[in-house]
Amino acid sequence: MNDALDVALRLLVVFVVFLTFPLIVGQAEHKVMAHMQGRLGPMYAGGFHGWAQLVADGVKFAQKEDVVPADADRRVFQLAPAVALLPYLMVLLVIPIGPGEGAVGEVVDAGIFFVLAVMGVSVLGSLMAGWASANKFSLLGGLRTAAQLLAYELPMLLTAASVAMAAGTVSLPGIVDAFEWWWLPWQIVGAIVFFVAGLAELQRPPFDMPVADSEIIFGAYTEYTGLRFALFLLAEYAGIVVLCGLTTVLFLGGWHGPWGADGLGWVWTLLKAAVLAFVVIWLRVTYPRLREDQLQKLAWTLLVPLSLAQIALTGIVKVVIA
Amino acid sequence: MSPAAATVSAAQATTTAAETHGFLSPTGVEIAFLLVGLVTFGAAVVTVTTKQLVHAALWLVVALGGLAVEYLLLTAEFIAWVQVLIYVGSVVVLLLFGLMLTRAPIGRSPDADSGNRWVALAVAIAAAAALVWVVVDAFRTTWIDLDGAAAGSTAVTGASLFQSWVLPFEALSVLLLAALVGAIVLSRKTKARTQAQEAAGGTTTASPLRPPSPGPDATRSAVRGAARSDARSDKEGAR
Repeated sequence: MNDALDVALRLLVVFVVFLTFPLIVGQAEHKVMAHMQGRLGPMYAGGFHGWAQLVADGVKFAQKEDVVPADADRRVFQLAPAVALLPYLMVLLVIPIGPGEGAVGEVVDAGIFFVLAVMGVSVLGSLMAGWASANKFSLLGGLRTAAQLLAYELPMLLTAASVAMAAGTVSLPGIVDAFEWWWLPWQIVGAIVFFVAGLAELQRPPFDMPVADSEIIFGAYTEYTGLRFALFLLAEYAGIVVLCGLTTVLFLGGWHGPWGADGLGWVWTLLKAAVLAFVVIWLRVTYPRLREDQLQKLAWTLLVPLSLAQIALTGIVKVVIA
Repeated sequence: MSPAAATVSAAQATTTAAETHGFLSPTGVEIAFLLVGLVTFGAAVVTVTTKQLVHAALWLVVALGGLAVEYLLLTAEFIAWVQVLIYVGSVVVLLLFGLMLTRAPIGRSPDADSGNRWVALAVAIAAAAALVWVVVDAFRTTWIDLDGAAAGSTAVTGASLFQSWVLPFEALSVLLLAALVGAIVLSRKTKARTQAQEAAGGTTTASPLRPPSPGPDATRSAVRGAARSDARSDKEGAR
């Protein structure tokens, strides 16, 4: 009974994190973007600086009619948002935020593989949405999504492999346990490549060609309304949380920091992830959208060679210090 | 662990296992294995029988995911995640990409049936029989000890892959390298020929590599050329 209670409690905590953290990132995006553009952002909902704006948005989405286009493939169309969203919930289960068994939903032996595999599945949701909508803009968006995933999955895997080589394990808590401060300069190229490739996989600006609203009208999500559209949006913000958490755990040392071992480790993890989330928002405000061919060129001619070089460097250093 | 030692320990496990387990009192894991197997089998059958192209690819996701769950139930965690990463995350996405780039109508596409279905069925049954025979002969009544150390953890898999099975592993990587080089050579040659034809005033569809087929039949050859950006022009007709 105690075991069942433990599992239930962990699942509940992860679920609450899954529901709240993306909203916090979304609200932060509203405010940070506004201030970077010299305006205030939402100020009325909830009273204090518009804190309840996203709750109000959620209520609005829930009230809207759920439309399925007449020519669409109904079942695939309706299933797509769930396929896009659920993988991120599963990834959150295995990201450790502190030392020990108590600070992770479930210790998975091959954590890196689990995380990258499941994140890849969520792209299927966008593909299904793009195809099933019976809309040419949606199909274009789906196509671009697939091309982007194929291009950016490789550098992401290679850089993650580099960290796994450095740590000598593929388990996420194991990697953070093995972390030393000098890994930061050692793996810095890998960290940047991983983060950039992750942004591209989430289709965040400047890599948002698949959803480009001014060109193909939000791509795969053109035909979606109401709650299903909200689920796609939630998937994007959950993706930001997952990507920032992963980059923190793999490259920035997770809970390591002053007093990190004395029970304050989770504060460090959350702090580092929050800074990365800020960078994600910052990039959206700063950079224009990359053109489709520029996107592909960046992945194949810059990120892949860089990640291969990082693997070579990791191997050399590893052999030298062994 | 050398193969001989593995066989010996497997033989020991077999003797102990045969005494403590029976087929008539299945555990929860065995029942789950059977049920997931049925789902996987059903999804695989639907994959090859459905008349809707994209649905076939999506049912393939279910079948491959079911296989990953089976690996998990056999304690081979690493293999399970690699299965999801490579097959669901990449191969199916590539398939869908090819379908969408060429022709992926919503609804039935009766012209997508192959005339080779009976030959394919025979080959599939022969392959399945051979695989089942090999697996049954290799493992017989071996049971996996679920309470002991994980038999399929990353460390164990890595050790056996790079100690006992390093030669097949390297042979496979050479094979993949050859395929990669072949793909590059093919794409370069086609491009050079296309440019030569354009210079001569010909069209791309008259390429000797592809039969000069109009719209509907172009699907298969077009999937092969999906990665080529210049293939887009002659597919406009197919839409």
